[in-house]
Amino acid sequence: MNTPQNSLHTENTHTYESALVDGDTSSTLGAFAPDVEIAPGITRRSFMAALGLGAATASMPLVSAAAAPTVGVAGSLRGVNARTQAATASPSSTGDGILVMVTLYGGNDGINTVVPYADPAYAANRQSVAINPDQVHKLDNSFGLHPELKGLKALYDQKRLAIVHGVGYPNGNRSHFRSMDIWQTARPTEVINTGWLGRWYDATGPDATHMINIGGSLPRFMIGTKGAGANLNPGKLTLPGGAAGEKAIQGIGRNAENTAALGPWGARIAASNADLLRVKNTYAPLLNSSTEAASSGATNLEGDGTNSLTRDMQEVARLVNAGAPARVYGVSLGGFDTHAGELGQHAQLMGYLDQALTSFYAVIAGSPRGQKVTVVVYSEFGRRVQANGSDGTDHGAAAPVLVLGPQVNGGQYGQPPSLTDLDLGDLKFTTDFRSVYATVLGKTLGIDPAVSLGGAFPLLGFL
Amino acid sequence: MADQLTLQLAHLYRRAGFGARPEDLTAGVARGYSATVDYLLDRSRNDPGAIPPPALDPRTLQPADTQQARKELRQLRNQQETDLVGWWLERMVLTDQQGAEKLAWFWHDHYATSAQKVDNPHLMLAQNQLFRQQGGAGFDALTQAVAKDGAMMLWLDSNKNNRNRPNENFARELMELFTIGIGNYTDDDVREAARAFAGWRYNRQEGFRVLKGQADPGQKTILGKTAAFTGEEVVGMLVTSPAAARFVTAKLWRHYAFPVGTDHPVVAELAPGFAADLNVTKLVRSILLHPQFVSPEARQGLVKQPVEWMAGIFRQLDMRPSEMVGNVNMATLNKLNQKPFFPPSVGGWPDNGYWISTASALVRYQFALQVSARARLDWIAGANNAARLTAIAARLGVDEWTPSSAETITAAGEPRRQLAAALVTPEYVLN
Repeated sequence: MNTPQNSLHTENTHTYESALVDGDTSSTLGAFAPDVEIAPGITRRSFMAALGLGAATASMPLVSAAAAPTVGVAGSLRGVNARTQAATASPSSTGDGILVMVTLYGGNDGINTVVPYADPAYAANRQSVAINPDQVHKLDNSFGLHPELKGLKALYDQKRLAIVHGVGYPNGNRSHFRSMDIWQTARPTEVINTGWLGRWYDATGPDATHMINIGGSLPRFMIGTKGAGANLNPGKLTLPGGAAGEKAIQGIGRNAENTAALGPWGARIAASNADLLRVKNTYAPLLNSSTEAASSGATNLEGDGTNSLTRDMQEVARLVNAGAPARVYGVSLGGFDTHAGELGQHAQLMGYLDQALTSFYAVIAGSPRGQKVTVVVYSEFGRRVQANGSDGTDHGAAAPVLVLGPQVNGGQYGQPPSLTDLDLGDLKFTTDFRSVYATVLGKTLGIDPAVSLGGAFPLLGFL
Repeated sequence: MADQLTLQLAHLYRRAGFGARPEDLTAGVARGYSATVDYLLDRSRNDPGAIPPPALDPRTLQPADTQQARKELRQLRNQQETDLVGWWLERMVLTDQQGAEKLAWFWHDHYATSAQKVDNPHLMLAQNQLFRQQGGAGFDALTQAVAKDGAMMLWLDSNKNNRNRPNENFARELMELFTIGIGNYTDDDVREAARAFAGWRYNRQEGFRVLKGQADPGQKTILGKTAAFTGEEVVGMLVTSPAAARFVTAKLWRHYAFPVGTDHPVVAELAPGFAADLNVTKLVRSILLHPQFVSPEARQGLVKQPVEWMAGIFRQLDMRPSEMVGNVNMATLNKLNQKPFFPPSVGGWPDNGYWISTASALVRYQFALQVSARARLDWIAGANNAARLTAIAARLGVDEWTPSSAETITAAGEPRRQLAAALVTPEYVLN
């Protein structure tokens, strides 16, 4: 696959052949069970994870990866003793935060993003796709950030970037589309229509001004049953046709309840018109006051060499600072499916990512509203440990998730997966992705995570 | 409200083609429904609307050795890609072979390949012609041809697949997206199949060939069978498996009628016939003649894709896309996330919900105003409001306006604004 921008499939449950794909669900049921604390700071699930026993997470920041014993699974407390208690939650994580989800489509190579440069298995497996250890931005004696992630290294040093190692889910699916659906619906073993933030949206009195995607189509994670988020193309927001145009859009929006005549899709088309008016009334004054907005929207074509992620995140930053009511934003970048010629392509993408995230941080860090922002960066899967013969890597499984923002307790979280104890050549996950979601649902959005996730997942210490 | 047959013909032309012009409906009523299906699928007629593709400057076939030359070539390639999009849109609107063109559009989505990576307009055009010429024949021959198609081989890295540590990209998507679908293969099948395509190469001078030194003649175990499979044998095994018949039947049903999974009864009903001969046109005919094709579920089951919406507007208003000044069409398709030759991923364009958003509502209305401003409106001007509502519905193939839509169109006042409002009603944006 190449340059995916959005993997939103049809909304219709019965269009999915993938419903049967996950096969054995028994090993995943535990992930839905309530967690229990078996010792101070050590939950049953984190304990299980430390033993390498499946769907679980260690809710403690990693002090030093180098200090973590790497003894075998059996009978060891791999990692647990080497970690400290989670940092106490930041007092300003009061649940009134703003969440920005950055989706990297195509399967970002996590191993070359947070590089285990000191592990001999890294160079041995990566061969022509290995990054020179001298060029990574070293975080400690084990890991370094990709050479292009220099801005993120600075944020890491300021303790505002958290890296969650080995994030994934049981029986990792190597299809771009199914795996992205799993990430965006947060339901690894069933196929459903709603996204994990769509369910937050449903639960909080749906209002299209509260969930905004930048770019033309809505990602699946923003789809709820009572509606969906809105999206804005970068640049000014002006309804064409003046007052009469506004009246026409309003009139068409009045069909939103008429499912009898129009069916569910027709009604949703109408609802998107009604939402457009509402979003325009709220956002046009914010977007159109700035001359900067007009110029940044001017280059929206593919292949023009501009960094669309920076453009989109700057739009988000402007909206945040201007006091927009959105609690959730979505932005994305494609092109991560690096089956061949990976080093150059991936370096360019890492450069885009670094520029987008650090310039975003610089804009929001100075504003009171910006203090409430937390950014989560994820992809549908990581890539194979061993390079293929085309100077690239094939589809993999677990990968790190990046979290950054003024509220973030920087550092490393979770157990780094082994580069040699693999599942069909891929990293075994050590932290369930729903623990990342649970943490931001609880700490940033201030809602019981179970409302969205259908069960409890241990929170991580990055907020 | 128009008579039942006219409404069914309008529906048929939207799904099997890019919308009915008024004269299509008149001819269709005379012909009858089933004869119109035959007419739409007949490829033997002379077609004055078959716009020939643009002549592509051969310079983009050559490599460039200086930075300046590379920059110029990039601009030339971008221009050629823009020309290709404009050409295809024009052809969708003007061709009399509506069935073949719609099927080519389906295959472009099914074997979705993007010029963004292929970066070679000549190869993109060749693939497009393949979909047009072979899209109605055997699914087996088509898939074999696609596997060796230059654009596809660059797109999914077949061209770089080596015996030592094979590249899985093509093998995986071949199974997941092109033939049998997720759930019908394992990751081991993917890895074994990738070996069978090792050594496959494409270049301009020689076309397709197999690099003997990179091919893997060894035994492979794929879908439970073990042999020294070649790539062609793997494609052959996949396209003839019952899972592929179900997968492709469901996909075509989704394209023409409404979303279904492979376990839907209509798939169970139609797949065995397709499995028997893999004849695509025969399967399409069965779909278009199926009672459920004209059911309310089908009528409300699909949202028009942006290309379908735009091409349909031009056809129904008796316009050519090239009448629009500047790059309005291209800019609109770009903002609606559907630029032909640039699918977002190998999965093609998602359907229905993907096309509904606040941003797309705005962009659609903007284009509706622009196209209405250039349309001839003598067929509504002068009539009273009730007559205009009837005339616009008939022209656009809309069954009936809802009270809110009728009120909105009427309130828009003058014909241009009334037409623009009609083009963004849910009734019209539904396919």
